[in-house]
Amino acid sequence: MAIREMSEEEVRGRVRALLAEAHPDRVSQFEFRGKQYDHGLAWVHFPEGYGGLGISPRLQAVVNDEIRRHAETVYEDMQINPIGIGMGAPTVLTHGTEWMKKNLLRRVFTAEDIWCQLFSEPGAGSDVAGLATRAVRDGDHWVVNGQKVWTSLAHISKWGMLLARTDPDAPKHSGMSYFLLDLETPGVEVRPLHHLTGEAEFNEVFLSDVRIPAERMFATEGEGWKVAITTLMNERTAIGGAASRKGGGSIGALLDLWKARRGLTAETETILRDRVARLYVEAELLRLTALRARAAQKAGNPGPEGSISKLAHAELNKRIWECAMEVIGDDSLLYEAGYRRRRPSGESFATRVALAKYQFLRSRANSIEGGTSEVMRNILGERVLGLPGEPRTDKDVPWKNIPRSA
Amino acid sequence: MDFEFTPEHEELRQTVRRFLERESPEARVRALMETAAGYDERVWKRMAEELGLPGLVIPERHGGAGLGPVELAIAMEEMGRVLLCAPYLSTGVLSVYALLQVASEEERGRLLPEIASGALIAAVALPPQAGSGDGACRATREAGAWRLDGSAGFVIDGHVADVVLVVARTAEGLGLFRVEGGAAGLRRTALPTLDLTRKLSRLEFSAVSAAAVSAGDASAGLERALALTIAALGAEQLGGAQRCLEAATEYAKTRLQFGRPIGSYQAIKHKCADLLVEVEFARSAAYHAAFRARAGNDAEAAEAAHMAKAYCSEAYFHAAAESIQIHGGMGFTWEHPAHLYFKRAKASAVLFGDPIHHRRELARQIGI
Ligand SMILES: Cc1cc2nc3c(=O)[nH]c(=O)nc-3n(C[C@H](O)[C@H](O)[C@H](O)COP(=O)(O)OP(=O)(O)OC[C@H]3O[C@@H](n4cnc5c(N)ncnc54)[C@H](O)[C@@H]3O)c2cc1C
Repeated sequence: MAIREMSEEEVRGRVRALLAEAHPDRVSQFEFRGKQYDHGLAWVHFPEGYGGLGISPRLQAVVNDEIRRHAETVYEDMQINPIGIGMGAPTVLTHGTEWMKKNLLRRVFTAEDIWCQLFSEPGAGSDVAGLATRAVRDGDHWVVNGQKVWTSLAHISKWGMLLARTDPDAPKHSGMSYFLLDLETPGVEVRPLHHLTGEAEFNEVFLSDVRIPAERMFATEGEGWKVAITTLMNERTAIGGAASRKGGGSIGALLDLWKARRGLTAETETILRDRVARLYVEAELLRLTALRARAAQKAGNPGPEGSISKLAHAELNKRIWECAMEVIGDDSLLYEAGYRRRRPSGESFATRVALAKYQFLRSRANSIEGGTSEVMRNILGERVLGLPGEPRTDKDVPWKNIPRSA
Repeated sequence: MDFEFTPEHEELRQTVRRFLERESPEARVRALMETAAGYDERVWKRMAEELGLPGLVIPERHGGAGLGPVELAIAMEEMGRVLLCAPYLSTGVLSVYALLQVASEEERGRLLPEIASGALIAAVALPPQAGSGDGACRATREAGAWRLDGSAGFVIDGHVADVVLVVARTAEGLGLFRVEGGAAGLRRTALPTLDLTRKLSRLEFSAVSAAAVSAGDASAGLERALALTIAALGAEQLGGAQRCLEAATEYAKTRLQFGRPIGSYQAIKHKCADLLVEVEFARSAAYHAAFRARAGNDAEAAEAAHMAKAYCSEAYFHAAAESIQIHGGMGFTWEHPAHLYFKRAKASAVLFGDPIHHRRELARQIGI
């Protein structure tokens, strides 16, 4: 993709033209976001006609900033359709068919269609390329059988990015294909899976004789891993790179808690103040590192260095909420929300303290979801620093001969 | 000497372990943690009748087993391993120690046999720890009778206690008072706890008639009782930490990714090895605290107790957190027990003062 030059001023002008036509404070989410897409302001680095202008991805920040200046209503990509926008769109653009680009991208951006990622299986998490879900060709369809797990948002998704094995005799990485699955297809069963707060944010997805039209394959048969890498690289950047405003996000919440602290002894306060300040430094540096990465970002998909932010974000976030519990003090013995087994309610938390208690628990997943911290360290060591990999026994043998967990 | 365990100790450990394996498997823990009472009365009775656990450190003349802090540490360690849901910390440890340290002979004679037999659940309402600012009780004498006013937060098992032992301020200092669980003027509110396996409640007293359990200022005795309690809690934390390490290690040996057990990757192997070091430190801390408590030199016992509570709290939290991590996505689910340990670890670290508090007390003890 060739990058077109465009001045910041012109970009701002285009945003104002969009706002004159459709203003988020006055029209619906679908309408506003649809118009934003049509103006090429959804993902500015995407080609024209697909929600972009073919300009540098750096300029997306200018678009977002200009919208914030003029509107109260701001939609966060990572809230309205995290998987669709963060991972689905770049995957469609890079490996999708013309039909997919034409018919899916706009509705991803507006969040009319929620997406989910059907990669992980009970036996294949970090080693997603070891997955066992089978797809067998039958005329102009593929028939899929298997089980996926930890599938976030599957219960509200229209589309799923499905990775399945099409050739068990081939080495693991070359025997997979990547499909677009309509979750309303017969044979797809979504069962809630509860996490440690009691909420069922993710699911188990059972696939029994699910028929997928052959043209819903990304790239070609056997190229699933290549497509999956695009999805995964974008996932890491979406998670780690979603840096918020200065002093916003988790660290902002910690600072607010700190300001409202009560009952701490002077000595505890001295110790915790240093901890809070240290976390602030790290949060600021994570934000600045993400900004620096974005400034250097070329068109196209992110590389392995995206794991820097993903790793740092995960580990930092856990520590921020641990610290928050210490600032809360004895009251952290209580969990007022209760462990209700239910779907995430989407309601916001009544108090800062309630949010912190939830996040203290929820953040434990940060170093697991989207690739574990251990896997991120392997990627940084091997792909970025060029250190030798571990000896592998699972690479050049047929997948079916590799030992695996049930 | 520290760390001299006898064959009887090992026998006690095996007896308690076998009992708990039968009576407190994960499914029972999950069922009980969802109930309001939070424990099984039948199992509690059997803990008393068959094993003598509630009266473990109660002298024989009051119907107990006449054992000491070392045996208690062994029992607590085993209970911590399985997250036993029972009013043991409140009744068998804190209440018993408070009574042994400050109660009159008459009050001991009244309450300890009942505790030992499993007939009586007791809770202690403590003044707020530095840091919470919630509640405090005052006792005043009116026409020869005591009345209590005030409140106490985070009372362990306060909602089911037959008797509440209230630490209250009097003209002479701190005193310990006995209040019936159902006394007029006592309001008990069960609290929604982070750790479902140990219940807390808030108690409010308004003109509640009470009996004095101690005479004069009981501060020093209560201080000793607390030191003995946190030493025992350290052992419970050790048991939990040990179980997290075992679970994580077992999983690391069997879970295959990339055609190999995940424990063959140094990232995981070294995590387990680091936990092993911490758990062994925690073991030294908890056992040392138990043996120092038995030796009976107050200053030494207090120093060891603060050290144990500070270290075991953090070691347990770390082990529980790493257990989730090593179990991957499964470790984050409700169905997997890792989160139950994580929540117990966090809550027990906060109970009776967090690690910062205990390191501060330790610093005082060692004169820095
Ligand atoms: C909240 C949440 C949401 C999720 N959402 C989705 C989703 O929407 N779609 C989806 O497909 N998946 C999803 N996942 C699954 C997630 O991607 C996996 O859980 C993750 O990749 C880890 O896989 P696993 O759980 O099988 O753990 P395992 O891979 O079994 O890992 C267990 C432990 O071994 C370590 N380990 C594994 N391999 C190595 C190695 N080579 N070197 C060093 N250490 C190693 C891991 O770091 C971990 O500590 C979600 C998970 C969570 C917790």
